[in-house]
Amino acid sequence: MKFDRATRRRWKSHLMAFLCLGCVAIALYPLASILYTSVVRGAQAINADFFTQNLPPPCNPSVESCVTGGIWPALQGSLIMLGIAAAFAIPVGMMAGVFLSQYGHLKTVQSMRFFVDVMTGIPSIVVGIFVYALFLDLAQAGVFNTSWVLSALAGSTALAIVMLPIVARTTDESLRLVPPTLAEAGLALGIRRWRVTLSVVLSTGRTAVITGALLATARALGETAPILLTTHFTTFPAQNLNGPIASLPVLIFQFGTGGFPNQVSLAWGATLLIVGIMLLISIVARVAAGVVGSRAGLGGGG
Amino acid sequence: MESPGPIAQGTAAPAPQRDASGRALGDNLFLGITGATAAFINLTLLLIIVILADDSLPTLRVFGLPFLWGTSWVPPNGITPQLYGALPFIYGTLVTSALALLIGVPISIGIAIFLVELSPGWLREPLGFVVELLAAVPSVVYGLWGIFVLVPFMGSTVDPALGSALGWTPLFSGSSQGYNMLTAGVILAIMIIPTVSSITRDALKSVPQSQREAALSLGATNWEATRVSVLTYARTGIFGAIILGLGRATGETMAVTMTIGNGNFIHTSLLSSAQSIASFIANNFAEAGYLERSALLELGLVLLGISILTNVVARVLFRSLTGAGEEAGS
Amino acid sequence: MTEGNSLESSGTGKLVTQDLSAYYGAKRAIESVNISFPDKSVTAIIGPSGCGKSTLIRCLNRIHETTPKTRVEGHVLLDGQDIYEQDAVSVRRRVGMVFQKPNPFPTMSIYDNVAAGLRLNGLRDRKEIDRRIIQSLKGAALWDEVKEILDQPGIRLSGGQQQRLCIARALAVEPEVILMDEPASALDPIATAKIEDLVFDLKKQYAVIIVTHNMQQAARVADQTAFMYLGKLIEFNDTKEIFERPREKLTESYITGRFG
Repeated sequence: MKFDRATRRRWKSHLMAFLCLGCVAIALYPLASILYTSVVRGAQAINADFFTQNLPPPCNPSVESCVTGGIWPALQGSLIMLGIAAAFAIPVGMMAGVFLSQYGHLKTVQSMRFFVDVMTGIPSIVVGIFVYALFLDLAQAGVFNTSWVLSALAGSTALAIVMLPIVARTTDESLRLVPPTLAEAGLALGIRRWRVTLSVVLSTGRTAVITGALLATARALGETAPILLTTHFTTFPAQNLNGPIASLPVLIFQFGTGGFPNQVSLAWGATLLIVGIMLLISIVARVAAGVVGSRAGLGGGG
Repeated sequence: MESPGPIAQGTAAPAPQRDASGRALGDNLFLGITGATAAFINLTLLLIIVILADDSLPTLRVFGLPFLWGTSWVPPNGITPQLYGALPFIYGTLVTSALALLIGVPISIGIAIFLVELSPGWLREPLGFVVELLAAVPSVVYGLWGIFVLVPFMGSTVDPALGSALGWTPLFSGSSQGYNMLTAGVILAIMIIPTVSSITRDALKSVPQSQREAALSLGATNWEATRVSVLTYARTGIFGAIILGLGRATGETMAVTMTIGNGNFIHTSLLSSAQSIASFIANNFAEAGYLERSALLELGLVLLGISILTNVVARVLFRSLTGAGEEAGS
Repeated sequence: MTEGNSLESSGTGKLVTQDLSAYYGAKRAIESVNISFPDKSVTAIIGPSGCGKSTLIRCLNRIHETTPKTRVEGHVLLDGQDIYEQDAVSVRRRVGMVFQKPNPFPTMSIYDNVAAGLRLNGLRDRKEIDRRIIQSLKGAALWDEVKEILDQPGIRLSGGQQQRLCIARALAVEPEVILMDEPASALDPIATAKIEDLVFDLKKQYAVIIVTHNMQQAARVADQTAFMYLGKLIEFNDTKEIFERPREKLTESYITGRFG
């Protein structure tokens, strides 16, 4: 009867609304759990030594007394590789982004943008494989000796390739948001176009551009797979660019899955460190830019 | 649009050098340098494809196309000849990705509907931001959390429950202490939620309000109006979001490696350990010899192919949206 | 309220508003409107942009409240019962609406568009749906033009046809009142004429309330006309009276084109 059906429809509408709220809760639970677990398991590892000591060997506490150690080599390794990667990827990516945004009315440039987009979606492990194969081919061709194949430089290169399309696209998106009338005003004053782009467009959009670069760097911090395939992990601080090098994400992977309590503890400490940095940068990014969201920057890494 | 505006006249500023088209030298240089960087990025993509293809040739020459459906992976061991086949890993990738979509997509759509239509205004942005934070967690951290939290939970609670209720079906037989395709699928589902929900959210927001009002004024309930007008109107965008989510799920490495159990076999049960393409490559790359490495590279090429395909399809879908949206109501 | 509303106090119309006010946030869009809309008749609401005429009819089928931060005060009586005390969904089935810009559901065929309201209400009988669809499309003067192409997407029709499709869609659920928010403003003159002819037909069966910015349209089509200005009802009377012997200075200024 009409009444029953109408009531049923109404209740169904309420039920669906409730389910949608439930979906939000289901999604937030893992986030809360990850944060909680990181804090609970990681906080106990963090102290001054954590940042300064070398990585401890695996150790079974019921058999021997264990060195607690610290993550300094991994921290140093990540900073080095990230630094090199960013030093290349950020300027180059930004310039590419400027190009895409300013000349994006051309059909060719639109295709270029399309393929830069496609590149942001490539699994980072594929980037790792690529860099390894590339360096191996180059070493076999005699360009440099084989010690460079698994090296800090290779790791940095892999990270740079991961970061490059992201920085380019976030710069592109940020600059496209700058109202064209501003550029026109600059041009109407008789200023040359490239100068208008730099001093008017880029400076107006600089917050969003910088935020994008920051997000790309943060994402690279957590990337494991590319470094896994291009570096030799070591428990000691890196000596030179063509040698083994530790890194935070690989530390988390190897120490976390190794099963030795002293190492596991450090893995969680490193996790807390990384998660804390990511959170901080996400909040800063949201506050600063608001529009250049996390969509283009984070996520999808291995 | 490349030529500058009105010519800078007067004695104060010298006129810039121009070429025949009116462009100043500075502009040409700028165009050239920035264009080169953009071209560099495109060329890198091309190089990735070329190098992976080239370095897979050894395996291709030896095994040819049957590599894709071979089921054994035997590195040199001095006894049996080398044999490489990708099927177990393709299977693992497909199953875990399918699970990720099955679990993650409805949740993502639910989140998007909540944020666009149901949430109070003040909650919208903060809640959306928090959901996006799921994307800020690196894969290896998901993996570690997986090992220490999700796997024990699945192994002690969910898997046995599924086993006792549905264990007679081939899908849920056996056990693996939580290191299985189901667990990996669950983690992948969580990881694709930020992507799928945020794109779906954009798609829902782009539906003109008058569509919803038209359904409401026919006497539809809120949910019916959403279902009939908003979700169908936005379905191309939602489909694109799903494809992008699929692309993400297939490429994820660390979280999968750490929870899938690393068993090189094909079992129908979701509760069995397995390997995905990405996890297998990550596990075996270090010690691989010449031919095996080439086989792994070929696997990487397969992964690259899947990722490019899903990306291209999704973005083509999104481009078609700018045309379709203008057809209605004009 | 002013004195020039000879129909206002009858209070026995099909749809009657009592001291109706509506707000967008803190901003009041319409203020204490009292109108009685007669059944089987056409009432036009005219006035300059921003006078509140669209807001008024959006209150009559409770669509106004679906916009965030809106508020309604006063009463709207349908057959003597306040629609704000009933279930909004059932009210909207009885009071249908046609929008300014034609908005057929783009992913549905012509058939499915008209059937949309029926299916939502649970009608499953294919024969009955067919019957109602033919009836509605005929009632919207669209049947002859689309009877061969019912399975084509609704958006492939011309603007005027799309609007008549929307009218058919609204008619299919068999409402009692039809609200039209500037239904022809996005259409060319020929399509407009067809819509106006349709309105003449519709008034035999329904109470039609039509918002229009086009005074000549109101004069052509409506039995009674209400003139609104800055959210208030200024004058409400038989159309002939409004246009030939307006009682309010403001009304006269508007219809002689001095503003708006």
